[in-house]
Amino acid sequence: MEILEQIKARIEKSVPLTKLDIIPNECPAGERSLLVEASRAFDVAKFLRDDAQLQLDYCSNVTGIDWPEAKIKTKVKKKVVVEGVENEIEETIETLRSGHLEVVYHLYSMALKHGPVVLRTRTENRADKTHLPSLTPLWRGAEFQEREIYDLYGVIFDGHPDLRRILMWDEFVGHPMRRDYVAPDDFEYEPTPHAEVLDAAKKHYPVEPKAEVKP
Amino acid sequence: MIEDGLRSELAKQGIHVTSMQELYNWGRSNSVWPLAFGLACCAIEMMAASMSRFDIARFGSEVFRPSPRQADLMIVAGTVTKKMAPMVVRLYNQMPEPKYVIAMGACAISGGPFKQGYNVLKGVDRYIPVDVVIPGCPPRPEALLHALMTLQEKIAKQPLTGPDRPRHLNADIPGEYPVPEYGKHDLEPPNNPEIWQPPAIKR
Amino acid sequence: MIAAPKSFEVVPKRDASGDAIGELLEVSFGPHHPSTHGVFRMDLTLDGEKVVKLKPVFGYLHRNHEKIGENISYLATMPYTDRLDYFCSMTNNWAYALTIEKLAGLAVPERAEYIRVIMAELTRLQNHTSLIGFFVHDMGALGTPLMYAFREREKILDLFEEISGARMMCNYMRFGGVRVDVNDDWIARTKTLVANYGRFLDEFETLLNENEILLARTQGVSPLTKAQAINASITGPMLRAAGVNYDLRKVDKYGFYSRFDFKVPVGETGDLYDRYMIRVLEMRESIKILNQALAGIPAGPIMDPKAKLRGFRPKPGEVYGRVEGPKGELGFYIISDGGPNPYRYRVRPPSFINLTILEDMCLGHKVADVIVILGSVDIVLGEVDR
Repeated sequence: MEILEQIKARIEKSVPLTKLDIIPNECPAGERSLLVEASRAFDVAKFLRDDAQLQLDYCSNVTGIDWPEAKIKTKVKKKVVVEGVENEIEETIETLRSGHLEVVYHLYSMALKHGPVVLRTRTENRADKTHLPSLTPLWRGAEFQEREIYDLYGVIFDGHPDLRRILMWDEFVGHPMRRDYVAPDDFEYEPTPHAEVLDAAKKHYPVEPKAEVKP
Repeated sequence: MIEDGLRSELAKQGIHVTSMQELYNWGRSNSVWPLAFGLACCAIEMMAASMSRFDIARFGSEVFRPSPRQADLMIVAGTVTKKMAPMVVRLYNQMPEPKYVIAMGACAISGGPFKQGYNVLKGVDRYIPVDVVIPGCPPRPEALLHALMTLQEKIAKQPLTGPDRPRHLNADIPGEYPVPEYGKHDLEPPNNPEIWQPPAIKR
Repeated sequence: MIAAPKSFEVVPKRDASGDAIGELLEVSFGPHHPSTHGVFRMDLTLDGEKVVKLKPVFGYLHRNHEKIGENISYLATMPYTDRLDYFCSMTNNWAYALTIEKLAGLAVPERAEYIRVIMAELTRLQNHTSLIGFFVHDMGALGTPLMYAFREREKILDLFEEISGARMMCNYMRFGGVRVDVNDDWIARTKTLVANYGRFLDEFETLLNENEILLARTQGVSPLTKAQAINASITGPMLRAAGVNYDLRKVDKYGFYSRFDFKVPVGETGDLYDRYMIRVLEMRESIKILNQALAGIPAGPIMDPKAKLRGFRPKPGEVYGRVEGPKGELGFYIISDGGPNPYRYRVRPPSFINLTILEDMCLGHKVADVIVILGSVDIVLGEVDR
């Protein structure tokens, strides 16, 4: 299979108005991924599936990820002249990452037995603009997985044949896998609580102060 | 009551003496029919207990009834989630008296390894009364057999009259419990206060 | 008396122009039913006995495994992976360990890889045996084939218990190797078991393969085309029964599978009989692999010396690792942010995705066939709902 830069070049030539980004991946054997904007995602995916060299007919995995708003600190090395001597110092720059939800598709080819090509799409924010195009018309296998992402994260897939909750009950309100979800408090009985569970359990029963150890 | 010495002497002559309570409880305890109600991994150990190596049939639980109307014992094997809890209570209500519940595995007792879960019911005893609990994850089939034997001993000791008599002979105690509804984040009510009070732990 | 809700509904049957010409029955099949392989519900719309619409409903065992994975460390998730597909805990462990080894760049020593292959193939044997037992049980042979299957499964579980301490939830693989070494005595006993397994399979096949009732109920029922299967992301024995030669052991060549000589059985029509026969043939291939692995297992260490058990913090990045589990492609997608817990921990469940075309497969068939078709998909609810 060709490398990601070649695939990116061919996609940008064939599918109009597309601009892709390659997201790097620093771990030893990880795959780099292609970030595509939501409006072009369906056409790019169609190209990837139908292209004769790639033939990515098998959508293996559809994942939802929640990226809440966060300050990212990156360390940058800068050259600074101090009293005539050139020094290299490290400066931390803080950037604000706006919150968004992300959907990642892992695509393989059963016909040519190669892969994966990782495709990512992002929503604009986590509150109201959470629409993304559904790739279920291209790969039927994404149907249940996209429903699960809708249920647990709140991403609304336009073009999905049957978008409703799949794992939680229908009357459930909220999206449990998001990072800021607060689970209902039913920790009344905790024999060995620890960490956050200890704080939740303390509300239900009093904690006696430990007896002092006399030497 | 007849003393044991006289009883065994009579038995050697072929005369068997017993009391109504013993006879009644002997029949009940030796033919407990479980409801085939496996939810998760513990269900596989329950099935293994009914297979040829561990053989639950020799304890009287020959047939696992698929219908709750024909079963005496509900072995809650596996995690009870909040989505499944109304079904569990409804099935319990549909069983005729006398009925017993064994909570098998850590998940049915208190939520188990999945306790920090937004969908996990932290113990089936929040909604239905439990008679025997089996710790383990999953408990071995031998542990299930031990629990069945414990239940049989419990049934054999139940008196037929008096304030301690079992539920099916006492018209005052209800045999059906209210079914919880799905709420916005949790079941409503989150537990049944008549059956379950959180144990007070002093630390 | 607390009233039960209405368990069925009668709706009018409409023809193409919208006029009512009969009645359809909407009934809920599950979640508690003797043959649904766990708490799985299907909302069926029936025209007489034939299925007109089928909507699967699950989530009755959703134990938020992925959220727990985000809150605990990498190694602490290993026992939770046992409980995903609770029949095949060894392959679940291997899939997770493989993914983390890809993420952190750990190399597994040779002996550990051979042990992993042996455990995975033993798992495949006991999974397929139990599945055939359940399959035939659902068809009406209540009890006896399942008893035969579980008798053999107990022998394999004895071996697992000796090595890892537990029959089902083994928690055996670690990042960089396996937890406990196998000794020669265990290998000798495994060789005996594998040698006798062929005879047990002969007995099983003689009783079942040419059985009239099995043939009548499985041949021609719910065929699956190649294009349908690939488009619906089906993996595992169902995909190979439909005619697609895609087995991760040959495609990804993970572990040391490229050293072993085995074939991948591929079916023709994808109907129930093909799926049944594929599993029987896969068991034979597993026995071949086991014989080769047990004969050639080298001596050596079982853990990568560079692997850290405590304080394991892989560098930031993301990885997707997959293995050929007995039910299909089991994959793990991990995003690490450099901390002790993963940022995102995702399980790619084969049973969940194989259910995508359940509706298409069951349309037009009778209710009794629906049960058997569901049995042939081989689902385990722990994996479907996670």
